[in-house]
Amino acid sequence: MEKRELTCIQCPMGCAITVEMDGGEVVNITGYTCNRGKIYAGKEVTNTTRTVTSSVRVTGSAKEDMVSVKTKTDIPKSKVFECAKALKGVTVQAPVHIGDVIVRDVAGTGVDVVATRNA
Amino acid sequence: MAEKYDIVIIGGGPAGLAAAAAAYDAGAGKILILERDRMLGGILNQCIHNGFGLHTFNEELTGPEYADRFIRKVEERKIEYKLNTMVMNMTADRTITAMNREDGMFDIEAGAVILAMGCRERPRGALNIPGYRPAGIFTAGTAQRLVNMEGFMPGREVVILGSGDIGLIMARRMTLEGAKVKVVAELMPYSGGLKRNIVQCLDDFGIPLKLSTTVVDIEGKERVEGVTLAKVDGSGKPIPGTEEHYTCDTLLLSVGLIPENDLSRQMGVEMSPVTRGPVVNESLETNLPGVFACGNVLHVHDLVDFVSEEAGIAGRNAAEYVKTGRGAGKESGIPVIAKDGVRYTVPSSIRPEFMNDRLVIRFRVGGVYRNCYISAYIGSERKIHKKCRIVAPGEMQQVILQKKDIEAAGSVENVTVCLEQE
Amino acid sequence: MVDVTIIGAGVSGSAVARELSRYKVSICVLEKGEDVCSGTSKANSAIAHAGYDARPGTLMAKLNVEGNRMMETLSKELDFPFLKIGSLVVCTDSEEKEKLNDLLERGRQNGVEGLRIVEREELVRMEPNISDQACAALYAPTAGIVCPFMMNIAMAENAAVNGADFHLNTEVTGIRRIRGGYAVETNHGEIETRYIVNAAGVHADEIHNMVSADKMHIIPRRGEYLLLDKSAGNHVHSTIFMLPGKMGKGVLVTPTAHGNLLVGPTAVNIEDKEGTNTTREGLAEVLAKSSQTVKNIPYREVITSFAGLRAFEERDDFIIEEVADAPQFIDCAGIESPGLTSSPAIGVMIAEMIRDKMGLEKKENFIAKRKGILDPKKLSKEERRELIKKHPAYGNIICRCEMITEGEILDAIHRPLGARSLDGVKRRTRAGMGRCQSGFCSPRVMEILAREVPDMTMMDVTKCGGDSKLIVGEIKDRL
Repeated sequence: MEKRELTCIQCPMGCAITVEMDGGEVVNITGYTCNRGKIYAGKEVTNTTRTVTSSVRVTGSAKEDMVSVKTKTDIPKSKVFECAKALKGVTVQAPVHIGDVIVRDVAGTGVDVVATRNA
Repeated sequence: MAEKYDIVIIGGGPAGLAAAAAAYDAGAGKILILERDRMLGGILNQCIHNGFGLHTFNEELTGPEYADRFIRKVEERKIEYKLNTMVMNMTADRTITAMNREDGMFDIEAGAVILAMGCRERPRGALNIPGYRPAGIFTAGTAQRLVNMEGFMPGREVVILGSGDIGLIMARRMTLEGAKVKVVAELMPYSGGLKRNIVQCLDDFGIPLKLSTTVVDIEGKERVEGVTLAKVDGSGKPIPGTEEHYTCDTLLLSVGLIPENDLSRQMGVEMSPVTRGPVVNESLETNLPGVFACGNVLHVHDLVDFVSEEAGIAGRNAAEYVKTGRGAGKESGIPVIAKDGVRYTVPSSIRPEFMNDRLVIRFRVGGVYRNCYISAYIGSERKIHKKCRIVAPGEMQQVILQKKDIEAAGSVENVTVCLEQE
Repeated sequence: MVDVTIIGAGVSGSAVARELSRYKVSICVLEKGEDVCSGTSKANSAIAHAGYDARPGTLMAKLNVEGNRMMETLSKELDFPFLKIGSLVVCTDSEEKEKLNDLLERGRQNGVEGLRIVEREELVRMEPNISDQACAALYAPTAGIVCPFMMNIAMAENAAVNGADFHLNTEVTGIRRIRGGYAVETNHGEIETRYIVNAAGVHADEIHNMVSADKMHIIPRRGEYLLLDKSAGNHVHSTIFMLPGKMGKGVLVTPTAHGNLLVGPTAVNIEDKEGTNTTREGLAEVLAKSSQTVKNIPYREVITSFAGLRAFEERDDFIIEEVADAPQFIDCAGIESPGLTSSPAIGVMIAEMIRDKMGLEKKENFIAKRKGILDPKKLSKEERRELIKKHPAYGNIICRCEMITEGEILDAIHRPLGARSLDGVKRRTRAGMGRCQSGFCSPRVMEILAREVPDMTMMDVTKCGGDSKLIVGEIKDRL
């Protein structure tokens, strides 16, 4: 039996929720005040995902040195650092537009990293 | 010769952009945005994290993307703007002196002015943190600019003082760029930032948050070499014997934001000592006729969506003022009183005749309150009584007043917003 | 062989260099910091004292009054801010009123002009925020305030223009007697010199002890200060002192030459000669003591705190003399308060000592005037427009709080002894000195330094030289 302690982010209450897990299965959730907290906790332990944002160098742009980027959708939390590493040394050539793909299928997640700024 | 504009907006950040678009849509003709930076969008340009726009666009955008939506609105409407342009002086009769490289120093006469200068970060000195003054002490926002917009690392091993949102966001950014963030210390017994940021920026990376803790010493004569943290008592004084030393080369400060009102003060705008922003009525108009304020220059927000919404109101009212001269006589309104845990309200007075059907009153509370009610009284009659599990200073609150309720109440002495136990 | 080597480019060393550069003599100035004005001269009360404090007959008393008299002319000649705002020594206990008369008498003996006692009624008219306990004060109309950075830098720049050779980042590690003079060993090699002037501030004892058997001991006496925003700059109109005590003049409250309010200093003897850290106790003491003389100081408006070290020597007087067992080695040591005020007179005194010993002649082409960095705020709108047309950089504001333009920063970098660090730019132009304390402008000033200074990249920009780098690498470089 594994126990995971979480802070709920659904409202400013910030309930301290405990999730008991057995072999990847949620067995019991305690500490939540409302149903939204219970749902959040269940998802947070079984399928945690995050959006990664960063910046990469751009060359040939009159106004920018860097272009900000993000994963187009959220990726598994376990892949966050791998994603950041995959952006190391990436340089793009201007012009760049919001939504342009900067790195395809980052860290094997199937998700593209896209530009969030024009340059 | 001073050039004439209907509306001049001081600041091209989220507030200025939204105000400009709204003023245009409300029929204002000649609008000019003056922006001191080299691009529109303001501080959003360096806020490359996601989480913006959930209220406005129903999707999660990054700061630059959110800014771009509004920049496009301004471009589509062909609203004029000047970049790299600093406003040097403004007078109560709305003559603006500004300066840039191309036009030199020039005067503008404005039918209405919208103040949208945003805010700045509190520096170390404001906290009286003792110790040396080496390189390696940055406000979180300065570090954010260096990392996100210039691609430089301001340090490798980081301690953060203050759990404001920028500090929390920078804990994650620095970590993802390869730095080691050792701890976030917060003077208050609660965080100043949003809960989701604590979870996603600290908990995700195992960064401890120490509440009721402050920096009591900074070591390092040339570059930061370490800081000493200590617990504080109820009055914020360090408790001897609780000192903990951290080796680090960087101290980031996220200890509060201050509305940037040097120009407002200069032109004679009345200021609130609580928000450090202008005192405004229901139209977000200051004590000076035709001078409006919105966004972080008015009061520091936590969500940009509310900045945009507020700026829209200021923009529409400024357009109305230019068209009709409404309110130029400065009728005084019904005062809005903040009390019993409510620190301030924006607006702080209401002229019923100029009210829209509904009026959002935004405010912050002075501490963490559990299981309380947010109440609003029109005169002595309680019109709003909203149960809250918890309210905290880090999250802005609001109540919505109905015009019909105010009108029905007739002549009342004041409107009160407060926290109640029952 | 250099004729004269001055060790230290603080306000004393720079004053000596400037006065000496009037003569036909080769001058070398060695400074261990990355800029002139890096030690005690940069962190003090910035007061031009009237001269009633020092014991009559001391060098301190003489040079203070002389320095004060020179200040106005010098400030015009070298273009640095000096405002003769007067000072008040406030008595808050009627039983101690006699002490004001003692000070008045001492001041008269020292030759201070215009001193008089003001009673409470007049005092309140002069200073509405004076403490309710204040019963009388000694008023000294000749006292004033200066910008210590700009004064120090102005003298150094003018000396450099007149041929003095400044070596920055150069630390003296030893001194040997050689035929006809000394060999000064530094981290950048050796310099042979006929004369040495030891103006090394808190380190003057170490330098002195390299050549003399008669040992000197300088105790760094730390003073902590709080600086308030310009919005508080009118809280008092003159410099307000408390009655002086054993450790000095106590905590003062004063406007600064740039319109801020300065409160401090404490006075604590410490061991560490680089111990310019502030302490919780020190800052608390400043708060407590300032309220004895001035009420309602708006401490919410504090923008920074700092500490400086006074070079206190056991003899409690300036030591300006040729060392008995080290001929041609002249001490300029123990220059604690009122050292800033006295520095112009110290410069003259030492220059004349060397002139007489070496039989120096005046240069015909000495340039006495120096123009400071152009301050566009002092121009009319029309003049400013013209300036921007010619030099667009003056239309580009870099520091929002102090409204400092790119033009001023470029000037600070490119003039003689130009700025090479953030602090160097700050002390010359005030960029970063305002209420946001460089939060907005530091990345931009860094960019300008990296662009303008040969061989400097963003990675090399420092706060104040040495290891004070601001950038440690590029993002992801350690991932």
